[in-house]
Order: sequence, then C-alpha cells, then structure tokens
Amino acid sequence: MSYAIEFDNVWKKFQKGEKFNSLRDAIPAFFQKIAAKRAAEPLEEKEFWALKNVSFQVKKGEVIGIMGPNGAGKSTILKLLSKIMYPTRGEMKINGRLSALIEVTAGFHPELTGRENVYLNGTILGMRKKEVDRKFDEIVEFSGVGEFIDTPVKRYSSGMYSRLGFSVAANMDPEILLVDEVLSVGDMAFQTQCAEKMRELLKSGATVILVSHYLALIQNLCKRIILLNQGEVLKDGTVEEVIPHYQSIVSKKIEKEFRSRIPDLIGKVELNTQTVVTIPDVRVSNEDSRYGEEFSVGEKLKVEIDYRTRAKIESPIIQLEIFRSDSVLCCSLLSGDYGFILEEMNNHGIIEIDLGKINLFSGIYLLKVSIWDRDMIHPYCVHSDEVIRILDKGEVNISQAVFSPVAQWRVLEKAYRK
Amino acid sequence: MIQMLKEIFEYRDLLWMLTFRDIRIRYKQAAMGFLWAIFMPLVAVLAGILIKKVMAVMIQEAIDYKGIISISVKVLPWTFFISAIRFSVQSLVGNRDLVTKIYFPRAVLPLSAVLACLFDMGISIIVLTILLMVFKIGFSFYLLLLPVFIFLLILFTAGLGLLLSSANLFYRDIKYVVEIILMFGIFFTPVFYSASSFGRWDVIMLFNPIGSLLEAIDQIVVFGKMPDPFWFGYAALTSLAMFYIGMVIFHKIEPLFAENI
Repeated sequence: MSYAIEFDNVWKKFQKGEKFNSLRDAIPAFFQKIAAKRAAEPLEEKEFWALKNVSFQVKKGEVIGIMGPNGAGKSTILKLLSKIMYPTRGEMKINGRLSALIEVTAGFHPELTGRENVYLNGTILGMRKKEVDRKFDEIVEFSGVGEFIDTPVKRYSSGMYSRLGFSVAANMDPEILLVDEVLSVGDMAFQTQCAEKMRELLKSGATVILVSHYLALIQNLCKRIILLNQGEVLKDGTVEEVIPHYQSIVSKKIEKEFRSRIPDLIGKVELNTQTVVTIPDVRVSNEDSRYGEEFSVGEKLKVEIDYRTRAKIESPIIQLEIFRSDSVLCCSLLSGDYGFILEEMNNHGIIEIDLGKINLFSGIYLLKVSIWDRDMIHPYCVHSDEVIRILDKGEVNISQAVFSPVAQWRVLEKAYRK
Repeated sequence: MIQMLKEIFEYRDLLWMLTFRDIRIRYKQAAMGFLWAIFMPLVAVLAGILIKKVMAVMIQEAIDYKGIISISVKVLPWTFFISAIRFSVQSLVGNRDLVTKIYFPRAVLPLSAVLACLFDMGISIIVLTILLMVFKIGFSFYLLLLPVFIFLLILFTAGLGLLLSSANLFYRDIKYVVEIILMFGIFFTPVFYSASSFGRWDVIMLFNPIGSLLEAIDQIVVFGKMPDPFWFGYAALTSLAMFYIGMVIFHKIEPLFAENI
C-alpha cells in the first residue's frame, strides 16, 4: 500500500506525578510494597491516557494538519511519529525517511563550531557524513550564518542558532516531514525563505504533517485536517469540514476560561452597604423577540434589566458595559448620557435598552449591568452573569477586530493601462 | 541483537561524530591538551611505584624493575576501563535533550563515550611504547595477541557501560555507587601487584574479568609469554557475555528512556 503513515488503534499512557528515580527511594518502597501487598492499587490513579484509540492513515504525498486545543495529544503523536516514544497499545507504521522540524537545535553543542555542529546534527538526524558533505554549502548558504561557520555556536545570537538548526533539518530531503510551529524562526526574510523551502518540499512529493494553532497556515497548506481533543480523534476530513469543529472547541474553551475570569474583570467594587436594589435577571433578545445567548452578527439586540428595590432610590443611573472574552471593553453606556432619567426606583420594574444593530464581531461577550446613585459615587449593585455569543455563519469565529460595520463598497475611479 | 548492531552500523557516522565531539570538548577546554590523556595513568603509575616500594621495604628486598614496568602496562587498560565506565554512566542523562527530542539508536551515546576513552588510551599507549623501546623490553610473537585482549576489554567495558548508563537513567544514584566501586576497585584488581603474588588465592583476583584481562596483557607484553589458556578463555567468554547482556537489556528498555529521563 502507498500509505506513508498508519496509526492503528494507538493508545498511549503517561504517568502523573513524581516517580522514584533513585535507589534510595525505590528500595525502601519495594520493601514496603512487599510488606503491604495490597497497597499497589491506588497507583492506577496516577496514570492517564494521552491518546485513546487513535487511528488514521496518511497517503504518500499527502499534506495534513493536526489541530486541537492544548493537551489534545498533538505533541504525543509527534513524539510517537518521530520514534522517541512508543505506543502503549496498538500499532503504527512509518514508511519512508522521516525528518522532524521540531526542536531543530537539540543536537547542538555550544562548544563546537558551526561547521562541526552541522555535521553532528546532520548525523543525529540520520544522514551519512557523505550526504552532509554534499549539502554542506547549501545548508550554510540557507542559514545565512556565512563567515561565522567556524565560530563556536555558543557565541551565536539566538537567531543564528535556530536558523542553522532549521537549515540542517530542512535540507535533508525527507520523504515524511513533521513540522511543529518552528516556522516562526528568524526575521521576515528568513521566514519567506522557510516558506519557499516548505513549498519546495511539498512540490517534491513529500508527505507533510503540520502541527499548528495558526489557522491561516494550515488552511493554506493542508487539504486534510485531523482534529484531536483529549486524546481522541474528533474529526478527520477536509479543511472545510474540520475547521468549524475546531472553532467551536476553541470557543467553548475560551468561554469557560472567560467565565472563570469574570470576578477579576469586574474588580472589587465597593457596593453600597445596604443593598437597597438588586438585579435578579438580565435578558437579551433579538428583533424577533427571541431570548437567548446566541445571536448572529448584525442582529438588532435588546437588553432587558429586572430590578427590585427594598427602599426608594432617587434618580439612579444605569450602566451597561460589554466586555469581549479577551477583556477588551467594547462599549459602555450610561443612562444619563442618553437623557434617560428615572425619577425614582421603587418596588420592582423592567428596563429595556434597545441597542439596535450593534454590529459586534463574532465572539464571546459579557454584559455587565450596574445601578449607581445619581452622582455615580457608589454602585448599588452589579450584575455580571450574562454571557452572549455572537455567531458568524453559525460559528463563533474568534477575531481580533471589535466591530464589523455595515459597509458599502463601490468603485469611484478606475483607470486602464493599455 | 543483530538488528541492533545493524542499526548502530547505519548510524556509524553519528557514532564517530559523537566520539569526535567528546574528544574535541575534552581537549578544547583543558589547557593541558593531549597531556590530559597521560595525566591520569601517570599519577596511577606513581602511586603503584610507591606501593611497590613500601612492599619492597617490608620484605626487605630491592624493588624489582620488571614489576614497575608491569604496573605501567596494566595501568593503561585499567584507566581506560574506569574512565570509560565513568563517562558512559553519565552519557544518557547528560544528553537529555537528544534522548527526549530526536530519534537515533541510543546505544550510540554510551558507545561513543567508550570510544572517546579508547582514543585517550591510544595516545598513552603510543607514549608507553616509546618508553618500553627506550627500556628495551623485548618483542615477542605473543604481542600479536594484544589486539585480541584490547578488543575483549572494549567489549566488556561497552557492555557494562550500556547496562550502567540505562540503569542510571532510571535510578540517578547509580552513578554514586559506581563511583565508589571504581574508586576502590583498584584494590580488588591486580593492577599494582600481580595475581601470582596471592599464591593459590590468585583465583580471587582472576575471577574478576578485568583482572584476568590485565594479567594476560601483562604476560604477553612484559614477559613475552603465552597467557594461561584457561583464564584466556574465561576472559573471552565473560567479555562476550557482558557485551551481549548489555546490548540485549539496553535494547529492551530503550523505548522507556524518553519518558523516564
């Protein structure tokens, strides 16, 4: 078969916590274990599965991306592929010479010169000395280290160091290439060079496994993505199929983390000691009066605030703030600024804020509502439980941008050159 | 075993590069340069002469010069053995980055440590050969057996080095135990004296494979005699067995290295 890589029900177990790594600890532990024969059971808790029943095949010449949130098992797969570790259960097969663009400087020794390190690293990666001889000039030229090749690498700048490492690894003509996020080495010029080299390798028919969080890179280079989550293959398919799943995992993670961060975000507000007013609920709805937590970009939104007072408050000020998941304050509205003045709050009531087309970008947002006294010295109460998700085509697309204006595009002038 | 040797052979260039690296680093940093190689044997020989002198005074005899030459001859393989073991015990743990990040047959690491020490021994052998020629120690055909014994010594050392380096990876205090044994091992090995001085208890000395190898080397170099065939056979067998056991066990636990280092 023309499979370059085959994973067949691969499981990988790791141990948590500290292990005995000296005889001084291990020998007494051994005798203790003999003395209390049943004490061995709680050991099980220390194990966890980094990979659970992972199966996939990669055809020769295929370029695939492996994605997943932190702790999904990406690095474990790379370690298994590069044969540093072995699966606990299951089988994997690799057909062809494999090279990993991971930790490209691991084989370097600081005392040796650049030249010696090129040979050392080349042979560590599995090249013969003759091959290194043949490619030596190419490697040095690619790295741009040039005249410093006979200087001990301990005197290199960190950029030169990693460039030289990358050059050795990239120039060994692999049939299977593992790429971790190393493409961020060096300056812009070197990165362009790296991208060039990558394209060259892709064209040469090499099988490439790319592990990255950098969506654009994966989208550009890969046709197929394997999505991992907590050691399991969640989805294996084309870019179009998998990326939405990835987005939703990531956004769920972000939301969870965001919710845990809310108390920090709000800060310690000194509330008026007698809480004379409370906000039992805040609701968000769209133009169709649908209440919920998920809305689409560009929908008209309304916010309803319930309040309940124990005593009369005179001319309170109501504030609505919207925070994005990365703590950016997107907007802050004060009722007074809009000429909205409540004479008094007594007993209970509902206040509606019509935000209109708010045009926030897709993302996760927190609504924080507070009620202040008329001089805005003390907030009476703060409500910050309301998290909404703004979806773009049914998915949360985390972005750097804050708002997406309703924009019209047209050509004003257009000249032709003959 | 054969498969493992095959893989090491495939990575032979790496073995040379690592050996070369170890040698380079040792000599680059040491101001004494190549003198480094003969420094330790020299000190050991001086210590041996001192002991010989003390013994000569005690039994009220003149110090015999052949004995001193024997010490010089036996000290070289002995220092090779202890420094090779010392370096190879550390070889896996000391190259942690390589072990956890790149695939290659790990046996290359302890083996290159042994080879780098072999290089040191080579230098001191050259120096000693010149000295022996100056002192006109005769040549005998049994000298042709010398490479065989050195080869056996390398096999034994490599096997033990493989075993101890992997053990030290799992239990970090192995290296202290080894250090103590190596430090006092010279008293349990016929280096400063010959096994024959123990009379019929010489078996105790020769039972130690290094002891029987040293005695055999002494016999062929200094006395120009055929070594005792029984102990020759014993040394050959134990060396081969040691190498075999070292390789097999190392290979068996190699997959666990990256997770346990």
